[in-house]
Amino acid sequence: MARLNVNPTRMELKKLKARLSTAVRGHKLLKDKSDEMIRRFTILLRDTKALREGVEAELSDVLKQFSIARSVTPSYEAETAFAMPSVEVTAECETESIMGVDVPKVTLSSEKRADGLPYAYSEITGEADYSVQKASDLLPKMVQLAQTEKAVRMLAEEIERNKRRVNALEYVMIPQLEETIKYIKDKLDENERAAVVRLMKVKNKAQ
Amino acid sequence: MTGKTAIVGNGDGIMVFKAAGVATFPAENEKKARDILRKIAKEYQIIFLTEDLAKPLTEFLKRFDEAPYPVVVSIPSGESEGYGMEVLKSAMERALGVDILFNKD
Repeated sequence: MARLNVNPTRMELKKLKARLSTAVRGHKLLKDKSDEMIRRFTILLRDTKALREGVEAELSDVLKQFSIARSVTPSYEAETAFAMPSVEVTAECETESIMGVDVPKVTLSSEKRADGLPYAYSEITGEADYSVQKASDLLPKMVQLAQTEKAVRMLAEEIERNKRRVNALEYVMIPQLEETIKYIKDKLDENERAAVVRLMKVKNKAQ
Repeated sequence: MTGKTAIVGNGDGIMVFKAAGVATFPAENEKKARDILRKIAKEYQIIFLTEDLAKPLTEFLKRFDEAPYPVVVSIPSGESEGYGMEVLKSAMERALGVDILFNKD
């Protein structure tokens, strides 16, 4: 490992020692952060996987139902029937911090119409009612999935970044500092010994 | 902040969500979907994207991972092809380096 290019003086030594202690402390903190992030990440990942499995299964069910509904209604009627939303979905978007990573937090609120469906019953068949109803019911879950999946992705990125920082400290910064400190110490000791020897020689000559 | 939800997709399947109160944007191919996403990314906070469109746009979608919003999430169009799971899997591999959930090779 290459040592830093510094003058071997006492002042540099003091500076480097301070830097080393900061680096070691930073390394420990980052490592702890990384451990905790990974713990949260695993929990979140498991949740997301379960949620996604549920949503995917239900969604394909809804879509199947809907395609049946479409096949029994003339297309232009279907267009007009579905063009009006039954519920006004508003999502309250906030952010939440997981270990310093801002992840989205969404709370969904929907105002249902009194009758629940956006079209007159005469226009459309029961299959459509059913699929629209199910889609509305599924929506909160889908939003939940969107939120956690985003959190997983952001957290993964942050973990990777953090890992790089930890490694840079552990394998580059700290060894470099240690080696430089050792170099300066050796150099200073050497100087001291040289001074002692010189003094002894001078003393010998004086006698 | 109040957010809005949108769905970008191919085919009739997304129409059912229109009735459920989600804004729909039909897109036949990934190029169109990319244009639409660019346009609506500021306005809508939660965007669902069908799997067949999300798959070719994987690289493009990465840019949305920088900030909390908008949230772009893929949903299966019809039968699931497992793209959503793949996204999770790649995130897991990046963060942990090991497979803890999907124990298959």
